[in-house]
Amino acid sequence: MDLASAPILSIVMFMPLVGALLIGVLNAEAKGNARWIALYTTVITFLISIVIWVKFDPTTAGFQFVEERALLDVMKFKLGVDGISMLFVILTTFLMPLVILQSWKVIDHRVKEYMIAFLVLETLMIGVFCALDLVLFYVFFEGGLIPMFLIIGIWGGANRIYATFKFFLYTLLGSVLMLLGVLAMYWHAGTTDITTLLTYKFPYDMQWWLWLAFFASFAVKLPMWPVHTWLPDAHVEAPTGGSVILAAVLLKMGGYGFLRFSVPMFPLASDYFAPMMFALSVIAIIYTSLVALAQTDIKKLIAYSSVAHMGFVTLGIFTFSTQGTEGAIFQMLSHGIISAGLFLCVGVIYDRMHTREIAAYGGLVERMPIYAVFFMVLTMGNVGLPGTSGFIGEFLTLMAAFKVNTWVAFLATSGIILSAAYALYLYRRVIYGALVKPALKTIQDLSPREIGILAPLVALTILFGFYPAPILDVTAVSVKKLVSSYEAAVGTPAAKIQPAVIPAQPAPQPAQH
Amino acid sequence: MQAFVGYAPMLPEIVIAIGAMAILMLGVFRKDVTPGEDFGSGWLTVMVLIIGGALILNGDGAREALFDGAFISDAFSRFSKLLILGAAALVLVMSLDTLSREKLLSPEICVLMLLAVVGMMLMVSAGNLIALFLGLELQSLALYVIAAIDRSKVRSSEAGLKYFVLGSLSSGMLLYGASLIYGFTGSIDFSVIATVAQGQPATQNIGLIVGLVFLMVGLAFKISAVPFHMWTPDVYEGAPTPVTAFFAAAPKLAAFSLLVRTLLMGFPGIATQWQQIIVFLSIASMVLGAFAAIGQKNIKRLMAYSSIGHVGYALIGLATNSEAGTQALLVYLAIYIVMTIGAFACILSMRTADGPVEDIDSLSGLANKNLGMAFVLAMIFFSMAGIPPLAGFFAKLYVFGAAMKSGLYTLAIIGVLSSVVGAYYYLRVVKVMFFDESKVTFLPVVRSTGVVMTLAGAFVLLFVVIPSPLVDAALEAARSLHVATAAAAR
Repeated sequence: MDLASAPILSIVMFMPLVGALLIGVLNAEAKGNARWIALYTTVITFLISIVIWVKFDPTTAGFQFVEERALLDVMKFKLGVDGISMLFVILTTFLMPLVILQSWKVIDHRVKEYMIAFLVLETLMIGVFCALDLVLFYVFFEGGLIPMFLIIGIWGGANRIYATFKFFLYTLLGSVLMLLGVLAMYWHAGTTDITTLLTYKFPYDMQWWLWLAFFASFAVKLPMWPVHTWLPDAHVEAPTGGSVILAAVLLKMGGYGFLRFSVPMFPLASDYFAPMMFALSVIAIIYTSLVALAQTDIKKLIAYSSVAHMGFVTLGIFTFSTQGTEGAIFQMLSHGIISAGLFLCVGVIYDRMHTREIAAYGGLVERMPIYAVFFMVLTMGNVGLPGTSGFIGEFLTLMAAFKVNTWVAFLATSGIILSAAYALYLYRRVIYGALVKPALKTIQDLSPREIGILAPLVALTILFGFYPAPILDVTAVSVKKLVSSYEAAVGTPAAKIQPAVIPAQPAPQPAQH
Repeated sequence: MQAFVGYAPMLPEIVIAIGAMAILMLGVFRKDVTPGEDFGSGWLTVMVLIIGGALILNGDGAREALFDGAFISDAFSRFSKLLILGAAALVLVMSLDTLSREKLLSPEICVLMLLAVVGMMLMVSAGNLIALFLGLELQSLALYVIAAIDRSKVRSSEAGLKYFVLGSLSSGMLLYGASLIYGFTGSIDFSVIATVAQGQPATQNIGLIVGLVFLMVGLAFKISAVPFHMWTPDVYEGAPTPVTAFFAAAPKLAAFSLLVRTLLMGFPGIATQWQQIIVFLSIASMVLGAFAAIGQKNIKRLMAYSSIGHVGYALIGLATNSEAGTQALLVYLAIYIVMTIGAFACILSMRTADGPVEDIDSLSGLANKNLGMAFVLAMIFFSMAGIPPLAGFFAKLYVFGAAMKSGLYTLAIIGVLSSVVGAYYYLRVVKVMFFDESKVTFLPVVRSTGVVMTLAGAFVLLFVVIPSPLVDAALEAARSLHVATAAAAR
């Protein structure tokens, strides 16, 4: 077979499904087999997905590796990636082997189902980022609810039923409105092909409604304040692997949705709603950071910090500038790495102590020095310290926001201070202090397996902090096209954006000091 | 002989009716069968249904009218009849074992089922008011008896009686409406009624509209749309489970097809009037179906309320009064019927050493004991909730798509919101099966039931891979009806 023409996206997408089928068919001694098959499958999927990155041509803005098959009038099977979506595919395939490894010892009952659920979920997640058909996108976007519902409900914590119902119904409620929007677009434009719709011009009042319909879905998924309340519950109750996938990949679907649909397809409405998005982003950044400060549960604290970090993403996207958009994408990828690492860190101590209460820990550095180092790097990444990947994304989005509205930038920047407060406060309470609690006296440092899981994440956090080019280069051309098409649709950007930073308006200036 | 050739489009009905007679005769003369365990009649009935289906498949679906337009055979009737026969055959196959265990598998139930099927096929093909009533009553009378077939149980008799009393009331209303329509238009033929109504201004159609309202009340009862749904939960719960499965699938489709043909062929001139009624029925059914199911503890009652909700979604297709809407309705019903049959295959398998159980609670922890059945039931319920990539999502996609195309935005929004409410009770069953600790151990699934269960599960899961055959067939069926209507209007 000619490798160059192989449908590589389909292969990457369906590989996990094949693994899931294999696990389902093989019944004998299921536990061990299921683990190994899942690991092999996810590793192979990751390795193949690397080929996508290598062969990806960063100099064109169009979709690459496009495959197409007719299914229905309202839905065809069309896949492809561009600079915006490609790295999310890699992020997904990269994290899955780590998640499978993480569950190696912890998940001991219904292992087979656990692995199948995660593999099916991987297929659906890759599908979301590759789909070039609206209804196909919706199918993958919503389909992920089923495995996630089962993952939280079966392997979750004490209050898992409430959490998983809330997660499912909340997300579904947002999404069904998007479905109506999708159908309206189909009848208006006559196609569900995303590449066609990206250049299709919807009338203004229709854009307005469509934007709201899509917003309902993405705002819940991202999540944005005030529809974020499902997230802390779902995160806390989910098993560690579920939390990792939820924070690292599922949340990104919301931001990806804004980038793929809301901004390019409804530019006029996006322009209209941008102030509201700024307000919601700033509230999310400040409010949820304050809420995080008050948490006594480690996972809940990280969950709230995720909401705050997603605030930077929406902030960046709705500046409609190259910097802001690239920053938003970078922030999503970096948060995908860092939050995955943080949840895995929490998982490490939870597996040993079976509690997530911050008060139950303290002085871990004495018994777990390697763990303390890993946790520190990830915490610094979460804070956005220069030299970690967290810094690049936040800095780019804030810089873009500053050019649009200095007040927004000022308030959002204060969120970084708050994030430093809650993150460092958490670190101090868990890692530092005297090791007085008797239960902690015998706690073991990271096993080689755990080091193997965490080390890549820690390394990437630092690598992308110093050398963000691999990400920024890939996204640059696609982002430029996105921004220029937005500007073409909305009209002269100069007239719209400049006033906020014209020196003749000194009022907001002191804000930056 | 020459005269008989002209009846060729009716051949499937004739064959099935003769088959029913033959099984009745065999039942009278055969002495070597244990009463109530007559597998021979059961399989013979399945054979007759399959032969009927083969005869329909053999036809080309071209439009033909018999008996001065009383009996119409077209792509629409072909689609519906194939589904009806398929549903009846599948239900019978999966419930043979249960029926014989309950000592109900007699030649009588087989004959009644076949006669009900013939009635349904006549309903689907009805081209005038007399044929409509004949088909409907043939079906209903057979169903009344089937509902009460388990004479030894009070609840079954109660279900039969309740169904009979309310059903006759609705038949009476339907008949009264038909007489009004005849009085005001001077014809019982749908196409003549349509031309008469078209010719005069709306103010002179008052009598016709009143008649149509009565007619629709009667038909709304048959499809159990709110507010004419009261009988559904009781009959579903009281009738023996195989009978409930039979009720839930084929008759719904027949009554729907009848409603669609009557309204589209007979009353296009007063479409705005009946559309309002359908919109109301649709909204009321969706909302009540979603909310009333939440509190149910009995799985058969849950299925009853779920069916009421699904009727509401299917009605959206009719409310649009468009080709896309009719196509959506047919797609919806086809998918719904497969899901229902699959769900009832699982319900039939809910039995312990002490007998069948119907509590949702008894499903607790099923995933630990019988993962296959729990998986199929979970997928069917996710599908009923409309979660992609399962078949039920595409059913909803098409009806909401039709609504959006026709500009019925409010209806669509209420529809999707009630589907979220509805998702809650489906999820609750999944939760019971997958998250709770097991309490009851079921006996192993019987093979024939298991086969039907697997088929339904496979359909629900794999529909996304090859969706076009069903969708295209539904489009062809819808087109045949709309083209004929448009031609009659000209």
